[in-house]
Amino acid sequence: MTLQVIAAILLALALAYLYSNLAANLRAAGLNISFAFLGSSAGYDINQTLIEYDSQASNFRAAIVGILNTLLVAFLACITATVLGVLAGVLRLSNNWLVRKLMAVYVEIFRNIPILIWIIIIFTIMTAVMPGARAYLGEDPERGLLGGLFAFTNRGVYTPAPIFTTGFGGAEGSGLNWLLVIAALVASFFGTRFMTARADKIQGETGVRPNTFFVNLAIWFVPLIILAFLLGLSWDMPDPLANRFNLRGGIQIGAPLIALWLALSVYTGAFIAENVRAGIQAVSKGQTEAAAALGIRPRRVMSLVVLPQALRVIIPPLISQYLNITKNSSLAIAVGYADVTATLGGITLNQTGRAIECVLLLMAFYLIISLSISAVMNVYNNSMKLKER
Amino acid sequence: MRVFLQRITAGVQSAGFIHPKVVENQEEVKMKKSIILGALTIAGLSAGAAAAGTLDDVKARGTLNCGVTTGLVGFAAPDANGEWVGFDVSVCRAVAAAVLGDATAVEFVPTTGKTRFTALSSGEIDLLARNTTWTFSRDTDLKFDFVGVNYYDGQGFLVPKALGVSSAKDLDGATVCIQTGTTTELNLADFFRANNISYEPVPIETNAEGTQQYLAGACDTYTTDASGLASTRATFENPGDHVLLPEIVSKEPLGPLVRHGDNEWGDIVRWTLNALITAEELGVSSTNVAEMATSTTNPEVARLLGTEGELGGMIGLDADWAKRAIESEGNYGEIFAKNIGEETPIGLARGLNAQWTDGGLLYSPPFR
Repeated sequence: MTLQVIAAILLALALAYLYSNLAANLRAAGLNISFAFLGSSAGYDINQTLIEYDSQASNFRAAIVGILNTLLVAFLACITATVLGVLAGVLRLSNNWLVRKLMAVYVEIFRNIPILIWIIIIFTIMTAVMPGARAYLGEDPERGLLGGLFAFTNRGVYTPAPIFTTGFGGAEGSGLNWLLVIAALVASFFGTRFMTARADKIQGETGVRPNTFFVNLAIWFVPLIILAFLLGLSWDMPDPLANRFNLRGGIQIGAPLIALWLALSVYTGAFIAENVRAGIQAVSKGQTEAAAALGIRPRRVMSLVVLPQALRVIIPPLISQYLNITKNSSLAIAVGYADVTATLGGITLNQTGRAIECVLLLMAFYLIISLSISAVMNVYNNSMKLKER
Repeated sequence: MRVFLQRITAGVQSAGFIHPKVVENQEEVKMKKSIILGALTIAGLSAGAAAAGTLDDVKARGTLNCGVTTGLVGFAAPDANGEWVGFDVSVCRAVAAAVLGDATAVEFVPTTGKTRFTALSSGEIDLLARNTTWTFSRDTDLKFDFVGVNYYDGQGFLVPKALGVSSAKDLDGATVCIQTGTTTELNLADFFRANNISYEPVPIETNAEGTQQYLAGACDTYTTDASGLASTRATFENPGDHVLLPEIVSKEPLGPLVRHGDNEWGDIVRWTLNALITAEELGVSSTNVAEMATSTTNPEVARLLGTEGELGGMIGLDADWAKRAIESEGNYGEIFAKNIGEETPIGLARGLNAQWTDGGLLYSPPFR
């Protein structure tokens, strides 16, 4: 206890010294810490903005644009990395020699080369191999849109965008329409959870499990179809004729986003694969054998017996991998993706020269995001933990 | 033995070194560490910034730390032997010759558009000569002193000829490669907004990266200072396939800069640059400087070269400082012709950068 107190005091003293040193030096250099720059006009444009933004918007808004871009790529990469990792992890234990070895090669190659290199490799391949945007343009283009819908260029992938013509905000559309769609999806999610729980209960009472597949399908799709009809869903197609430089209309998924997303997914997927393999191997062989003795088919043994138990081992390191994805997404600037490190910690920092303030804000942001992910995943971990009674 | 180990573990834990909860969550530890490291770095950075007396530091060190670009042919780039050469490099060498008497006593620090100001304010470099635009906020808010202008430039656009674009106003909807952290980024936004046309920016870190993206067709046009574009185009396989659009959308006075607050050092750099400009005006070149120093009858040349008056002493240097600077790199005209002039692959005309006597903007205050 005494030692702890002494250590705490020493740490506090060290921090206080660093702070006073910083303050004194800043004073001597005639610099002051001020966050007023956040309110002033940013002056620069950003290529991917999830919210409305133009060069007259404030630096604060530019930071928010960057934060949303960071969250977007981190979210996408967490999902694909998990899918990839679980698949590769399970297949690494496959009885098929070729599959097993291929997965081993995947894991070893991707986790042993730095992520920055992967990001640059994927981006360079994309820009070098894919056709230029102009191949799709004009009356008589070199290449037609795939199925009249998609274009794959070295600047990104263009897809049709859903728009609502008769919902809130009229033909212009409004964010409210999307909120409705999200609300419907959330309701469907809980609807299917309820149906599954009901099926479990009936199975427990009668031993016969009612077929929930079609009901769940209906719960997912019927509200969406009704909403699409009510809001006047229509598609905004990429238009090859509107502009001489680029396709207009539709959704553009930029090459930097794709490169970063892919690189983060395959790189972190390799680590997750190892976590999954470790988790599965931690489940004692007796469990598999017992399940097999009960006549459960091999695929169901994996999904009903092994994976639920393995999850307890898998989840804690998985949290670390999610945190790594979020933090590694700060390498975005290597391919010109406008994440928060590129906007707040890059362009804003440069144009205003407020390095200390920007870096402090960046640190706070990453800290908050990482701790939030940790907190959410810990809640999930606790719900998966072996319940001892 | 086991009891002993348990005791040690318990002891370490109670000392607060390993808190069980912290061990559980390694990430937390990492983050705490990074905060402390970050604070340390910042504290360290500004400690450097506070140091004054750059002249003494440079003399004690025996080398000049000079910030340049990561590579822009003609302005600053290593040649085949790994020696830095170029228009901006010559400024560094002239200052080193004036201060240290040795034009090779320069440590070149390559900086990107993003890292250059931190490098200067942290004291990592003594002088930044990296085609940097003199602006109000950089001079005042960022606490730097621009000592003059060594190249009057403006922002231009480079496009492939095949695109058939003849004016920057035709670029509506184009994808534009832009070096991030530069004034050009802001000018670009202003230009497109003022003309009410749209574009999509592709931010890139270095000129090499921009060139690669532009040539791969990932952007329709590359924009930066017109001199930089000319220099970049000169490195292309087929320079003739690319054109500079006629619009120059901004004023870009490029010049060397130093930290604010060390006026003695600022004076030395300012007057070294002025000496190079004045030398051209007065006809003093690297070939005739030695002869002029002994035989001149022009009093201003005599003052410049230190045979008359005490100008060197006024800035804390010896009498021959300007003579050495001119001897090592030549006068402004020689430096221009050698690195970026019309005889070089970059092929820039003097234009605004001619002497005031020839209708240009170069006008050095008198040496007296």
